[in-house]
Amino acid sequence: MADHGDHGVNDFAFKVATVNGTGSASANGLLLQALFRMGIPVTGKNVFPSNIQGLPTWYEIRVNKDGYTARSPDFHLIVAMNPQSYARDIEEVVSGGWVLYDNTRELDDKFRRDDVNFIGIPLAEMCVSEFDGSRTRILMKNITYVGALVALLDIDMDVVKGMLQQKFSKKQHLMDANFKAIDMGYAYAREHYDCPLPIRLETMDATADHVMINGNTAAALGCVYAGATVGAWYPITPSTSVMDGFSQYCKRLRVDPETGKNNYCIIQAEDELAAAGMVIGASWMGARAFTPTSGPGISLMSEFIGLAYYAEIPSVFFNVQRTGPSTGMPTRTQQGDLMMCTYASHGDTKHIALFPANPKECFEFAVAAFDLAERFQTPTFLVSDLDIGMNDWMIPRLEWDDDYVPDRGKVLSAEELEEAESFYRYLDVDGDHIAYRTLPGVHPKGAYFTRGSGHDKYGRYTEGSAEYMEVVDRLLAKVNSAGDRVPEPELHQGAEPTELGMISIGGCHWAVLEARDDLAEQGLAVDYMRIRGFPFNETVERFLEQHDRVVVIEQNRDEQLRKLITIETQCPKEKLGSITYYGGQPLSKGHVLDGLAPWIPELAGGGATPGFADAASDTAVVEVAP
Amino acid sequence: MSYIAKPAARHPQMPRNAIGLTPRDYEGSMSTLCAGCGHDSVTAALIQAFFELAVEPHRVVKVSGIGCSAKTPTYFVSEAHGFNSVHGRMPSVAAGANAANRELLYVGISGDGDSLSIGLGQFCHAIRRNVNMLYVLENNGVYGLTKGQFSASADIGSLSKAGVANRQGPIDPVTLALSLGATFVARSFSGDKDQLVPILMAGMRHQGFAFIDVISPCVTFNDHEGSTKSYAHTRTHMHEVVETDFVPLKAEIRTKYDEGSVKAVTLHDGSTVRLRKTDPEYDPGDRRAVLDYLGATAAEGEVATGLLYLEGTEDDMHSFENTVDAPLVNVPFDTLCPGSAVLDEIQEEWR
Repeated sequence: MADHGDHGVNDFAFKVATVNGTGSASANGLLLQALFRMGIPVTGKNVFPSNIQGLPTWYEIRVNKDGYTARSPDFHLIVAMNPQSYARDIEEVVSGGWVLYDNTRELDDKFRRDDVNFIGIPLAEMCVSEFDGSRTRILMKNITYVGALVALLDIDMDVVKGMLQQKFSKKQHLMDANFKAIDMGYAYAREHYDCPLPIRLETMDATADHVMINGNTAAALGCVYAGATVGAWYPITPSTSVMDGFSQYCKRLRVDPETGKNNYCIIQAEDELAAAGMVIGASWMGARAFTPTSGPGISLMSEFIGLAYYAEIPSVFFNVQRTGPSTGMPTRTQQGDLMMCTYASHGDTKHIALFPANPKECFEFAVAAFDLAERFQTPTFLVSDLDIGMNDWMIPRLEWDDDYVPDRGKVLSAEELEEAESFYRYLDVDGDHIAYRTLPGVHPKGAYFTRGSGHDKYGRYTEGSAEYMEVVDRLLAKVNSAGDRVPEPELHQGAEPTELGMISIGGCHWAVLEARDDLAEQGLAVDYMRIRGFPFNETVERFLEQHDRVVVIEQNRDEQLRKLITIETQCPKEKLGSITYYGGQPLSKGHVLDGLAPWIPELAGGGATPGFADAASDTAVVEVAP
Repeated sequence: MSYIAKPAARHPQMPRNAIGLTPRDYEGSMSTLCAGCGHDSVTAALIQAFFELAVEPHRVVKVSGIGCSAKTPTYFVSEAHGFNSVHGRMPSVAAGANAANRELLYVGISGDGDSLSIGLGQFCHAIRRNVNMLYVLENNGVYGLTKGQFSASADIGSLSKAGVANRQGPIDPVTLALSLGATFVARSFSGDKDQLVPILMAGMRHQGFAFIDVISPCVTFNDHEGSTKSYAHTRTHMHEVVETDFVPLKAEIRTKYDEGSVKAVTLHDGSTVRLRKTDPEYDPGDRRAVLDYLGATAAEGEVATGLLYLEGTEDDMHSFENTVDAPLVNVPFDTLCPGSAVLDEIQEEWR
């Protein structure tokens, strides 16, 4: 057996390669959940095509006893169920690893590797002889490979069967079929191969305080908890499951028990432009309203975003980023919309943006987004991505403070208006750059004309230079003042600043943390800051000041975060280096370590870190002049 | 355009409506449109309709897009909130606003560029969605603010001010609205206040999307010979198909029509619309027949006007969405937020 380092018990990754539309998703979900229930830290990443049926699809599961959840840099086992992708799948497994395949048909010699172990199981043949109907046979083939994995990886069979029982408690015939398939795969593997393999599982107790969920569902639940009542949307991958989740939880939690009517309104719009208009209309009325979309949607909504910025209408936009530009790779992840979200629309605009790194923050930041939008009366973006939004993440349990009171911002009530001598919509009476707002239908004195055309501080139409500038200058000061209210950057540093610092954002975080720990083990300390909100505040400035050189790690080609920092802070451009990866997959620590090599002499000598040859080829590094 | 602001003083003899307001209380700021603009007549008719219905001014919501028509909401009901949004996108703003607060009276003012070119999609979908609102399309066949380009409602052969003939077929918003299932479809003329006011009143009381196409001539760019949206052309070719009388709830029902030719439709709030057909063959309750009739009159170069199609209905966006009767903006946060115990329950399912 070839060397596979310290990988083995509860520390390895495997990948299931199947055909889209064959029902493998539920089998893979079963696997992931079983490992989670065994108390072992685990993550699942679904690498799927923009297709309904027929194209290759993969599901990656990483098991890590230390709790690292970034994408695994390499795979020790491939469950190769798709002959279309045999070549690339088998090539990807590490030397000394395993390939589980369906040997109903002989594996072509061209796919054979001498340094890999092949585990053939006649899945199709067994399913054809044991089950009737082509659909059942296809579905049960998936469950049969799960059975084989139970034996090969030493998964707890009671846990797996318990889950099947739970799932099919009301469908006895499905439960029987699933049990039969599981047992069949299990028995075959035990009979023909040494079980378990050196990569295997042992029950732990590391997931008790955790849950397994994707970011879109968590964000949707955040909207329910924030008290959002109007959701408008146009379907787009990878954000659709935000509205699916909102709809599902509203049906369960927001139907008036007496009348059976809904305390919410979800409108599927004709396009993203209309979705944005609906959010703005509802927010103007005083509802908490939101729209989930992805980059192409933000492009279309940009005209309305400028209107909401200038007319000062709170509005919440979820951008679950995918790979652009244009249609790009709609089922792959990226952080390519950082610039677009922070400055969306024509003219001088600037927007509040929040950058969650996992589903827990999707939930928390969703609530924060409504508070910020209403406090600052401006569009607010929750900028997530496909990896966070659609993949299954193990996260600490969500918490809710029952004393939470939504921040509805500066809104005048009917009583306040009755007593007020005058009301002018855009007048900064408190000196905090935020004017008072009124809602339609409340009081005749609150009426004003909302417009995207030039207006003065009294809300009147103007084409006058001074009157126009007075308002837009206040807008800038207002949005900048939100820097102290967005989630604080997360700092990872020692007592004394290190010479080199790292900055990253969103889902990059987990790979950066893992790489940083690797470096620490080698005696190399590197300070690290994760940005969680925009506009930037003093904490960001200070981190930049304290470090001689700072590397910005992000998932886009154009160094958008690095550029934002150069635009929005005092930091000299020369001080900032960049590590970018923009190939569409989640970041892994190899990308970070390889990218850091030019800055860390101890890393530079050996070139790429062992085991990360693949990552090196697609990571772009910008060197900072010494 | 008026250059002198009217004094705020009210004549003691000015009529007052059921809530003690005079027509002046439904006015807005001075119009900045060209003198003689059809849109100002529509504004005057709207003011009259609000007055007659004794609407509380601050319970009105005025929405518009961009263009000459979009400016007009500032010229009526100054105590109502107004929203001059973006070009062609007013229907979505109205839909979102109505979703959040269903109790207010929504009045959308649009133009032919706003509704039939840049906003054609939103216009169609607002009809399909059946947003409960009055939607007035001030139709002059021309782009005014950008100085006289043809719009999508310009008729074939219609001449521009420079004498160029339009070759592209027009989009007729009335037949479009009918084909999309609108339950209230009317066409009127800005110069015919007697016809327009009762239609506007009925539209404000109608449950669901009430559409009125108002031919409203542009005196600056489209009121010349050869234009089919001029005052002269419209006056000559306008053909009233149904006379409309709006009878508010509790008001005495007047009997000025022969019963045989009258069709009475009861609206959601109990008020009644009485339609007298000038053509005995015309049936304003038969969608397919109305479409045929409009096709035939259009072929003859005639412009059929009146409340052309009406269906008393309970339906609107909220009935489709099954939303609560109270405005969503009034639902207390305690009702909306499920709390920590429920969050724990949900998370048990995530394990």
